[in-house]
Amino acid sequence: MEEVFIEIKDLHKTFYSTNQNIEVLKGINLKITKGDIFGIVGFSGAGKSTLVRCLNRLEEPDKGSIRIGQQEMTKLTKRELNIQRQKIGMIFQSFNLFESKTVYQNVAYPLKLSQYEKRQMKERVKEILELVGLSDKIHAYPGQLSGGQKQRVGIARALANNPDVLLSDEATSALDPQTTVSVLDLLKEINQKLGITIILITHELEAIKYICNNMAILEQGEITEQGTVREVFLNPHSHTGKLFIKIHSEFQQKQWVEEGEGI
Amino acid sequence: MSLYKYSFWEVFKNAFTKPVWETLWPAIGDTLYMVAISTLFTLIIGVLLGLILVLTSPEGLNPIGWLNKGLGIVINCLRSLPQMIVIILMLPIARILVGKAYGSNACIIALVASCVPMFARLVESSLLEVTKGKIEAAKAMGAGNLRILLSVMLPEAFPSLIRAFTVAVIAVISMTALAGNFGAGGIGDIAVRFGFNRFQHDVLLATVLVLILIVQVVQGVGDFVSKLFLKKWYLIGEVQRKNKSGLKKWLTSVLKVNTDISE
Repeated sequence: MEEVFIEIKDLHKTFYSTNQNIEVLKGINLKITKGDIFGIVGFSGAGKSTLVRCLNRLEEPDKGSIRIGQQEMTKLTKRELNIQRQKIGMIFQSFNLFESKTVYQNVAYPLKLSQYEKRQMKERVKEILELVGLSDKIHAYPGQLSGGQKQRVGIARALANNPDVLLSDEATSALDPQTTVSVLDLLKEINQKLGITIILITHELEAIKYICNNMAILEQGEITEQGTVREVFLNPHSHTGKLFIKIHSEFQQKQWVEEGEGI
Repeated sequence: MSLYKYSFWEVFKNAFTKPVWETLWPAIGDTLYMVAISTLFTLIIGVLLGLILVLTSPEGLNPIGWLNKGLGIVINCLRSLPQMIVIILMLPIARILVGKAYGSNACIIALVASCVPMFARLVESSLLEVTKGKIEAAKAMGAGNLRILLSVMLPEAFPSLIRAFTVAVIAVISMTALAGNFGAGGIGDIAVRFGFNRFQHDVLLATVLVLILIVQVVQGVGDFVSKLFLKKWYLIGEVQRKNKSGLKKWLTSVLKVNTDISE
């Protein structure tokens, strides 16, 4: 049995509004091993984003426990949390780069937070930009980059501080298919090179199939299915799972018919 | 020279004669002095209050209900009063602070009191324009509140802040002219004493021209600086480097002439 790196136990989260209370997460239990690429799928509103945002406490969970490595995330004070967050990288659908800062300054931002020396910082930024293939854009501003390049900067920024975990909140959903593949390739490469644990939130089954080892399906705040990607794809039990796989395979069959099964 | 006796054209011509400007020059100096000092104070206090408003708002980084509400009420109170009344209200306070209730320095206190609330609100709305995602990204990297405020929100909102500041400076200028009525001196004082009380419409015209000119210059500089940043962030780097002087570039774009013969 591999080492369980992230353990989520009985996680609850409710959003309170004036008209109604929406229970987004209803007791999530998950175990993710070290160095895994773990996919979480579900339809819009299933609670995927909330789940991943609870991991670094961008959302405060109401109940339950989250353990990352040796740290119990829900018990940290504000200061401890900020130190812990430096070891959890996160990338976003809308990239969220700082537009007033150059690519260099963006990537250096987390390094400044953990008080890197200037020379070390320079080296680290260069190194990480080389890894994501953007060395030539080091002095450009994010506004001058394409979507795929922006997400690469986002990945570089998330990885700069050598995090143990990378959270990806729909990171490829705003990109075209080709760019998506290149970004996913990059994530795969990073996972193999650095041994970083990646949690991938997405509604694109292709993405899951492409890089994930294990996956979970989230349906209305509950995990209805969990296992290796192969298991879930070949034998879905849950409603969402069946629906997803059905849409996916129907689309593929249609493509085969149209394209003549690749003869 | 009065418009009741002479034609507009004659009065207009007379507005450019030496005696008119001999009375006007010192007043322009007074006005610029008052505007400069009040703008400085408005900038410092306004930005501080704006930051506090954003920081303590219910959706802010560090919600403090009573502070936000209290400050909001004070600002609203000051803003609901006509500027002239604010000046009158501030005169006794000026007497306590500067020792007299007339003159440039007393006026500066009144100017600051009436322009700070407006500028604070403008700063607040500029800062709120910074997308939540960027703030979240900084949070996820482990940045503390103060750091997010100073290293993310302020720089990201900078072009918008410059524009807000331009509006505030222009408001200060028009307030200075108004404050002339209350013994502040400056252009407004000249306009009332000569233009209104003595029917010297040539002097009045000259003051109007000077005010228009000052406001145009301020607005032009504000637009220029704000656009400079937006261009730097969003245009391709190559274009930037070719035109080395920003002023030259601006002149060419305004005059639509190519001033650089060597190219």
